[in-house]
Amino acid sequence: MTEVERHSYDVVVIGAGGAGLRAVIEARQRGLSVAVVCKSLFGKAHTVMAEGGCAASMGNANAGDNWQVHFRDTMRGGKFLNNWRMAELHAKEAPDRVWELETYGALFDRTADGRISQRNFGGHTYPRLAHVGDRTGLELIRTMQQKIVSLQQEDQKRYGDYEAKLKVFAECTVTELLKEDGRISGAFGYWRESGRFILFETPAVVLATGGIGKSFKVTSNSWEYTGDGHALALRAGADLINMEFVQFHPTGMVWPPSVKGILVTEGVRGDGGVLKNSQGERFMFRYIPDVFKGQYADNEAEADRWYDDADKNRRTPDLLPRDEVARAINTEVKEGRGSPHGGVFLDIASRLPADEIRRRLPSMYHQFKELADVDITKEPMEVGPTCHYVMGGIEVDPDTAASSVPGLFAAGECSGGMHGSNRLGGNSLSDLLVFGRRAGLGAASYVESLERRPKVADADVTAAARTAVAPFDGARDGVAEENPYTLHTELQQSMNDLVGIIRKSDEMQKAIDKLAEIRRRICGVTVEGHRQYNPGWHLALDLRNMLLVSECVAHAALRRTESRGGHTRDDHPQMDAQWRNKLLVCSVADSDEVVPDVTIAAKPQEPMRQDLLELFELSELEKYYTEDELADHPERKA
Amino acid sequence: MGYQAKLRVWRGDDGSGDLQDFTVEANEGEVVLDLIHRLQATQVPDLAVRWNCKAGKCGSCSAEVNGRPRLLCMTRMSIFSEDETITVTPMRTFPVIRDLVTDVSYNYTKAREIPSFTPPEDLKPGEYRMQQVDVQRSQEFRKCIECFLCQDTCHVIRDHEENKTAFAGPRYLMRIAELEMHPLDVADRRNEAQTDHGLGYCNITKCCTEVCPENIHITDNALIPMKERVADRRYDPIVWLGNKLFRRNGG
Ligand SMILES: Cc1cc2nc3c(=O)[nH]c(=O)nc-3n(C[C@H](O)[C@H](O)[C@H](O)COP(=O)(O)OP(=O)(O)OC[C@H]3O[C@@H](n4cnc5c(N)ncnc54)[C@H](O)[C@@H]3O)c2cc1C
Ligand code: SF4
Ligand code: SF4
Ligand code: FES
Repeated sequence: MTEVERHSYDVVVIGAGGAGLRAVIEARQRGLSVAVVCKSLFGKAHTVMAEGGCAASMGNANAGDNWQVHFRDTMRGGKFLNNWRMAELHAKEAPDRVWELETYGALFDRTADGRISQRNFGGHTYPRLAHVGDRTGLELIRTMQQKIVSLQQEDQKRYGDYEAKLKVFAECTVTELLKEDGRISGAFGYWRESGRFILFETPAVVLATGGIGKSFKVTSNSWEYTGDGHALALRAGADLINMEFVQFHPTGMVWPPSVKGILVTEGVRGDGGVLKNSQGERFMFRYIPDVFKGQYADNEAEADRWYDDADKNRRTPDLLPRDEVARAINTEVKEGRGSPHGGVFLDIASRLPADEIRRRLPSMYHQFKELADVDITKEPMEVGPTCHYVMGGIEVDPDTAASSVPGLFAAGECSGGMHGSNRLGGNSLSDLLVFGRRAGLGAASYVESLERRPKVADADVTAAARTAVAPFDGARDGVAEENPYTLHTELQQSMNDLVGIIRKSDEMQKAIDKLAEIRRRICGVTVEGHRQYNPGWHLALDLRNMLLVSECVAHAALRRTESRGGHTRDDHPQMDAQWRNKLLVCSVADSDEVVPDVTIAAKPQEPMRQDLLELFELSELEKYYTEDELADHPERKA
Repeated sequence: MGYQAKLRVWRGDDGSGDLQDFTVEANEGEVVLDLIHRLQATQVPDLAVRWNCKAGKCGSCSAEVNGRPRLLCMTRMSIFSEDETITVTPMRTFPVIRDLVTDVSYNYTKAREIPSFTPPEDLKPGEYRMQQVDVQRSQEFRKCIECFLCQDTCHVIRDHEENKTAFAGPRYLMRIAELEMHPLDVADRRNEAQTDHGLGYCNITKCCTEVCPENIHITDNALIPMKERVADRRYDPIVWLGNKLFRRNGG
């Protein structure tokens, strides 16, 4: 049999970003033995790149804030398609999760009275984002990494071994989940360094693998974002929901070409930066959609006053939810009012003193200076939309983060529902903490409830190993040899151009045809060299995940004949109340294919609990809901 | 705009390796990492390199360019002339795994040896109060992206494998300083900095500060103040007496 290194744990967490680390901490604190597996070095997960902040209604900057306001903002941002229970838990628990980080050693920026400072962000009624300059994600990752170290130090004292109960498996990629009688029994993968295989025998797996951005050409995401967790869950029999909703962040760098897509934090606008077109016009005032009319300032004077007096003035439309801003920029560029390199201008230089810009946005200052030769304290930045975040993901139970497969849990960006059709900035970091913890708890309770642990079948291990080395075998008969890099580029290009920020039915059909072609060619992917740290091989294995996830996105997008949040259709430009409570569910048939076929089905959402529904005024709900759905609203009955 | 750049890249593994010459296209605005990626995609698909963010935020792509420790994603091609051969080698202080990828586990081992943040016992979550001026000092050190370039460059371990056990390196000595300066940390870390983590090996040459891509003033703001605190404690007569008595009792 293939040589495989074996380990046994109570819980295996796949992913060492914010969600994964928080799950690890929780499960270990419940007394279980935990492994955490990640593709990069420990501490380098995507979360490290998050800039702006972490949303929590602590009310430090404005005492009017509370969970109800946060809940309402989140539901509005997601155009009422969110899983309301997740949005509720998130809004209620986020403050505790942030305060907890301080007990681990986090150092957030402070208010004058010594509490955690909070900044403005798009779609949030009050300044709500706990932050550290513009490197909040780094603070989160490092804090939890250091908390894990402290747990290991306790284990060292108790058991004489740092790794007795909690071990990090870094630069290790999981390629397959294993099951016995429908329950999770283990996870199979390889060490990137040596190419050697590794097997985790475990009754519980928490997926915290992040997003899918590497399926698009222009993206703020790193090579890790190949949708592994999404694909692993599908193949294990779990469902994905909301895959048509992909967030294009309005402000990515557009020049030079090699950095196109790299993120410019929304914090720039939160701190006073404004968007302008080539004519110098602050164009966002022309793009306030009907559902938000009345909530945003309609003139520059009021918008500018809002930064200092948020209670008496309405906020600037520069801070509309991301989908709105991204579409507005797209239109400006299309209509010929773009910047020289195909974006628009983001101006902070004329709005804040140079010192203040450098203090509040140090890494943006650094990034533009070093990578684009632009001094943001003197000149405007050029920015344009970039693929940033996937709202869609694994369908989970809100309270326990359990998927439909016993033993499989998911949290963070790879899970779905919480953000509905569009995520508000800052709501991801808080999501990671709230649901990372809940996934750790959910997995721990599940493990404790088991009478017998499922076993890993040898045949499954052999099969997983065979699939993993297939790219070295050369192309199958009749299939041409393919270079993984070329195939990846073609996939990214078609997703970008055909299932991007503005979608049309014929273009999506073209993308689906292209994906079918790639599906045929993927069997021919061949790599050179050996298994030791071989990026070509790694890409070949990631490619099948990207393809599977791209098919989900394209098929679901074609199916949803309306525009909502991160899904905009030229041929169906309106939001349709009939679609509001419908979820598109992706699943795959149980098969041995490298990339199994995707099925899409619509299913209704559970109606919102009455007390939560009553947090909204009828007049607002009427913009989103059908008549029937609102029959029980007290304002209706009165 | 584009031109053919000359790259000399170290290729090999822990056993052996050598510098290999390549010619690869370079375009306006590109960084060395872009060229390495182009090499991967067009000429050497199995060329090993670490990277994640491509924006100087994750500290993955550390290597040496013309002998200087640098982040590959933040090294612009425009700082070199078009006819210059650019040499890219792995970090020298750490064992090579393959090509530009090194075994940096030394750093994770050191991280684990530093006692963790110790908050006051009676302080509940949500009750932490700190002033911006007080957190700012430690915040500077928390900007660290753990690229390990300072560790790579520090002469105490750069060609002195034998010092690695006793010396935590600038990154982790700075971590001790960070906790020491944390407004709410209650542990006293001064003695251990000297005895367990090798602060005494540092002779403040500032080489670490010079290569830090985050421009953290490692030497001036962390190491020197830490040395001063250690000196204060060690020569404080009461502490000195206390240590002696404790030792006598204990022994
Ligand atoms: C540039 C940028 C800025 C952002 N700014 C903000 C912000 O200010 N506020 C906010 O709320 N959100 C922000 N976001 C979004 C937020 O950072 C992410 O959504 C979030 O960090 C995702 O965290 P996660 O824990 O789900 O996954 P990640 O942090 O991405 O971690 C995924 C982990 O899974 C591992 N993994 C993946 N596949 C496998 C596999 N097959 N085997 C083993 N391990 C695997 C990876 O190695 C990694 O460790 C930003 C995103 C970007 C890109
Ligand atoms: S200042 Fe100290 S730690 Fe930094 S390089 Fe010099 S000797 Fe090493
Ligand atoms: S202190 Fe600077 S050079 Fe050292 S690891 Fe941190 S960021 Fe890198
Ligand atoms: S790739 Fe992240 S620092 Fe270079």
